[in-house]
Amino acid sequence: MPLDTKTTGFKYIGTRPDRPDGIDKVTGKARYGADAYAPGMLHGVMVRSPHAHARIKKIDATKALALKGVKAVVTRADFPTGLEGEDWNIQENCMAGEVALYDGHAVAAVAATSLLLAREAAKLIEVEYEVLPHVTDVDEAMKPGAPAIRAGAADYSVPEGLHPNVMRYIEYGHGDLEAGFAAADLVMENTYKTEATHQGYIEPHACLAQLGSDGKGEMWVCTQGHWFIRRMSAAVLGIDVANLRVTPSEIGGGFGGKTTVFIEPVALALSRKAGKPVKMVMTRSEVLRATGPTSSSSIDVKMGMKKDGTMTAAKVTMRMQGGAFPMAPIDSALDCAFSCYNIPAVHHEGYDVLANRPKQAAYRAPGSPMAAFATESLVDEMCRALGLDPLKTRLKNASREGTKASFGPTFPRIGLVETLEAAIAHPHYAAPLGTNQGRGVASGYWMNWGGETSVSAALGEDGSVTVSVGTPDIGGSRASMALMAAEALGIPYENVRVNVVDTGSLGVNEPTHGSRATYATGLATIEAVKQISSKLCQRAADKWGIPAEAVIWEDGCAKPSGPNAGEFPPLTIGELAAEMGSTGGPISGHFEATPSGHGGSFGTHIVDVEVDPETGHTSVLRYTVVQDAGKAIHPAYVEGQFQGGAAQGIGWALNEEYIYGADGRLQNTVFLDYRIPVASDLPMIDTVIVEVPNPGHPYGVRGVGETGITPPLPAVANAVHAAAGVRLRSLPMSPPRILAAIKAKG
Amino acid sequence: MRYHTPATFENASAIAAAASGVTRFLAGGTDVLVQMRADIVTPDDLIDIKHISGVKDIVQEDDKCWSIGAAVAGAELTAHKGLCADWPGVIEGMGLVGSTQVQGRATLIGNLCNGSPAADSVPGLAAAGAEVSVVGPKGTRQVKVEDIPAGPGKTTLAKGEVISGIYLPPRGKGGGDAYLRFIPRTEMDIAVVGCAVNLRVEGDTITEARVVLGAVAPTIVVVEDAAKALIGSTLDDKALVALAAAASAACRPINDKRGTIEFRKDVAGVLARRAAKIAYDRARGAK
Repeated sequence: MPLDTKTTGFKYIGTRPDRPDGIDKVTGKARYGADAYAPGMLHGVMVRSPHAHARIKKIDATKALALKGVKAVVTRADFPTGLEGEDWNIQENCMAGEVALYDGHAVAAVAATSLLLAREAAKLIEVEYEVLPHVTDVDEAMKPGAPAIRAGAADYSVPEGLHPNVMRYIEYGHGDLEAGFAAADLVMENTYKTEATHQGYIEPHACLAQLGSDGKGEMWVCTQGHWFIRRMSAAVLGIDVANLRVTPSEIGGGFGGKTTVFIEPVALALSRKAGKPVKMVMTRSEVLRATGPTSSSSIDVKMGMKKDGTMTAAKVTMRMQGGAFPMAPIDSALDCAFSCYNIPAVHHEGYDVLANRPKQAAYRAPGSPMAAFATESLVDEMCRALGLDPLKTRLKNASREGTKASFGPTFPRIGLVETLEAAIAHPHYAAPLGTNQGRGVASGYWMNWGGETSVSAALGEDGSVTVSVGTPDIGGSRASMALMAAEALGIPYENVRVNVVDTGSLGVNEPTHGSRATYATGLATIEAVKQISSKLCQRAADKWGIPAEAVIWEDGCAKPSGPNAGEFPPLTIGELAAEMGSTGGPISGHFEATPSGHGGSFGTHIVDVEVDPETGHTSVLRYTVVQDAGKAIHPAYVEGQFQGGAAQGIGWALNEEYIYGADGRLQNTVFLDYRIPVASDLPMIDTVIVEVPNPGHPYGVRGVGETGITPPLPAVANAVHAAAGVRLRSLPMSPPRILAAIKAKG
Repeated sequence: MRYHTPATFENASAIAAAASGVTRFLAGGTDVLVQMRADIVTPDDLIDIKHISGVKDIVQEDDKCWSIGAAVAGAELTAHKGLCADWPGVIEGMGLVGSTQVQGRATLIGNLCNGSPAADSVPGLAAAGAEVSVVGPKGTRQVKVEDIPAGPGKTTLAKGEVISGIYLPPRGKGGGDAYLRFIPRTEMDIAVVGCAVNLRVEGDTITEARVVLGAVAPTIVVVEDAAKALIGSTLDDKALVALAAAASAACRPINDKRGTIEFRKDVAGVLARRAAKIAYDRARGAK
């Protein structure tokens, strides 16, 4: 689709108006997942396995069902059989079948007239387990003798002789690796590990579900993508998607973790059995134990470099566990591993491994932060060894337009060089440092996404416009859509209302994931409202008695295209809208596509830390994010994405981790011990928005949501090295680990 | 569950003494209510002591001793100029507990009776030589703060006993105290190691000292050898080295999700040195 990309001369794009949902959110009026109510509603509570791996021998709900007010109990027996592939995985994760596969795995659920009663009833459901050997570490899970979690389930890609826990194997690359290493002055190879982390969204999963015996249902749910919820829930329950209408609530964070189902099909099953609507709301402990954290990883990287910093060859092997189910994001991790660099020879290998942990879900640039931790740490170590400036070395090797990407294709116009140049020129990079302080830098990449998108826009009688989108607003996207619609129509931002509508109102929309909403929904919004302006030009042409081609749309008005078209005063959108009922009827626009012109975003981060040499405590003193946005539609929300990515990355780098005991149970199931950074842990995170327009979007938009979490892990590790003289190759860099490294150094 | 609002501590004690099931006293509720919500405890009898007269009072007696009611919240302590001037270490320990919202409810006695080895206010109280009055079926007794904790989640209080108030001794001349804790973050966290130092100086020489560690053993640890290292010194390097060594040696920690044995021992020594310096400066008049 040829796009007439406009990159300058904007009236609304690039301004910072208040977000339309802001006042409702700060005054408590906004309705989140747990704020849905229905007459006669029951409350559902899950019964979860206390074991990391256990055969379910018997489930006895007699005592629970005997309680007055308990209306239904469901187990796997209440779900259809015969599902295959990812549908089966999702069903198995929502409700265990024969074997509980991780601590927190749902094994039954109960619905009752009150939450207290449902909690009481859940305790009365007796489950008899036969505890099985378990494994939670990715390297351990690949060793001979590790318990096979699902023997025989590996796909065709896995070479013979590997442990049955290896589900998938990937290998690709290009160039002459041996020649590349031979040409290097320095070859270094190290192993890195990252622990699983959770997205840490503040709002726990919540839904209100209603499903009749006729198979028709409705659901209100906190999600990033309600068409995904509809498709997955329908598959798990064996009903048609058209019979399930799903409406999204406001969403208190998702970061990828709310693109799949956990409680939703179970709430529907309870509702179907009880004949009443059922609400389920997770506790924080349930969120941490049983939703989808990211994978943990173990990574080998080898790189060759000449004395002048030229990279000659690179090899990466990634082992990732994504819980007791396949689909750890080895693909995107490998694709991002060397994406920042133009290296003549690269080789990638990936192992997707099962472990007795919850099924991983997407988390902000899935896989890329882990890959960046390994490769960008190694680049830093090599720059140190060769006495090279780490940013200038990155610039020397930077991918740019025309570079054959490490993952195959040739890069179109991209902005890594611009972010590196901006970082080098930034005062932060030259600022003085004090004792025990150090500076780290790193770059990162996310390819972004287009995806199925369907948008409608309707003209109101007063000339205001309603835009209906299917991508839930996580980071201010309603403001961004309104700005793009306002720009395309030439009407004020305040005259555009954007609604996130239900699955019955539009064609299929993929979730707000892959940093796609501003790109894809934005593109569709622009195209949909352009249909309105072209219809309005037609109405004006009819009125003036001239051809539609002789009418142009400008500043919210239909105007004759020039003197030859005739002398007519402009007709405003308000004037045309007021009489649309008598000039041809209602006016709306609709656009749907699977846009594929998304453009990847590169970022470069600079961080200063101070490490207390006596305690190993790391303080983040200063942080600067430089990232290519393509075009910042609403710069404040772009900056918010940059800062949010950095904040989550800092947490991942320093203190966040899934801690499992010897019994395979998760030990830190509340925010007290699952340590996301609190506000006082972070400095004000400075941002620099680089704008290298994406030719695939009418206004040049690239996604910005995910790239921001890719550089922080190595940037912080590199800064810790500079501050404390120790190299931490395992995350998190918690104080005991840093102090032990300092003591070991002597 | 039965919810009681007795008007006196004697009544509160009698209700607890007569109760047959799980009993909890409720003051600020920042531990009890959280534990109830998390299914950690489900009391049969919940005895709210906030309706007893005097529980919200902070009183300085004629002998300059401070008497603090059982329901005085952390925020009220932090805002009390006289207390902060006399016992800054005690108050800064309490001030570290939880969030601003929690500070509006959480109490010193609740922090003590919750029985956590990592309780932030307890080392400071013990270092200060604070005592509590315990009302029970056999009458009222005075108990030293360090004699209350019995292990994680446990106290030495007998069935039917309830703490009615806490007493900080007269500060006197040349005194200073301080509390430091180690957490991986900057707030909203639980101590991996805590250390309180209370001392008195004559001129530059330390004449009295108490050093108390938290989170490094099943209960707080009063470290006599650490106090000995300080007494008679001017907090010179030799004294600091001996102090740190004594503090590290007194630790009986465990490896857990919050820290390792080695880390806790090392950091106990570091915090003892740092807290002693602050207490010493305060004793000599630094603000």
